[in-house]
Amino acid sequence: MSDGPTFRDELVAAGVLVPTASDGIYGRSSVYEDIVAGLEGLVNATAASEGSAGYRFPPVMPRSVLEQSGYLSSFPDMIGSVSIFRGDNADHKRLIEVAQSGGEWTSFLEAADVSLCPAVCHPLYPTLRGTLPEGGRRYDVSGWCFRREPSLDPARMQSFRQHDLVYVGDAEQARQHRDRWLQLGAEILDSLGLAVETVVANDPFFGRVGRILAENQRSETLKYEIVTPINSAEHPTAIASANCHLDHFGEPFGIVTADGEVAHSCCFGFGLDRITLALLRTHGIGPGDWPAAARDRLWP
Amino acid sequence: MEETIRTILAEYGHLPVPMDKIRDGDDLYQVGMTSHASVNVMLALEDEFEIEFPETMLRRSTFESVAAIRNALGDLIEARAN
Repeated sequence: MSDGPTFRDELVAAGVLVPTASDGIYGRSSVYEDIVAGLEGLVNATAASEGSAGYRFPPVMPRSVLEQSGYLSSFPDMIGSVSIFRGDNADHKRLIEVAQSGGEWTSFLEAADVSLCPAVCHPLYPTLRGTLPEGGRRYDVSGWCFRREPSLDPARMQSFRQHDLVYVGDAEQARQHRDRWLQLGAEILDSLGLAVETVVANDPFFGRVGRILAENQRSETLKYEIVTPINSAEHPTAIASANCHLDHFGEPFGIVTADGEVAHSCCFGFGLDRITLALLRTHGIGPGDWPAAARDRLWP
Repeated sequence: MEETIRTILAEYGHLPVPMDKIRDGDDLYQVGMTSHASVNVMLALEDEFEIEFPETMLRRSTFESVAAIRNALGDLIEARAN
């Protein structure tokens, strides 16, 4: 371990990231947000040229999506469920007393029917119930995700943004979408001056059964990540990923192709916060000094 | 044991063909068993045979055919007897 300032220290000292009482929850400066906005513009333009339908969902979603999507069974350690207060006046009095004495006031809450959104494409699938048009459809969704992974690594935030390019339709076109976006995504990231590599990957499925799920995902090459060094060259960080879901969402959400088959889906996601961090790491904390090629792409 | 394995696969494997059409050595993943279904098969086998698959056996290949499952269970049950 080096004793010098970490990348997080540098970001915090420069005021680019503002830490809070909870690790992995940050405020972002306008310098940081300008980079995110530049990335969004770049991805939006490419998605629009493909005829994708754009949607933006809020960072909370119906809790039922967490159950139906399988996220609850595969990643129970990462979910965030929203709790609310529905007590009466007497409960309110006790709640305040407990809170003021530093006690565990959350025991007065109960779970609402909403949860935090763990992956930006998940709220989309329940809205697609029914029969798709011939050839399937492409969607472009962007927004905030929550995963309960408190960490001092700025590249592992609890609350972060993804921009996903989704295809829903037949199996063959889902694979093609994956392959095309892996290439387009790598080109976009390369044009920003990032040293990227595409590798086979797996999701961090929970527990004993997770080992089998992860091995299956790898052996069927369902997930790829585009990685670049942020914290170390030996362990580069995923800044984008492509996931072939097969009929994992088509089945529970009742999405059917024009031919009457259960729909397959595939999602390519840009990790907007991680790409922003990779750019700050690669080109320096001051975007004014970045290479002209990267600046021209982000802010044409 | 064979019969029990097949009953569990019929219930939890979500296979698109009936179990009596599946031979011992057929690759269940090729037939259409998803990874989530294979996990449910694993948990049902553990309940039924009162065993726990060790980490070294938590692999795709352990559950890839009726024969592979029978071999894995045979090893575990034999180890328990010793």
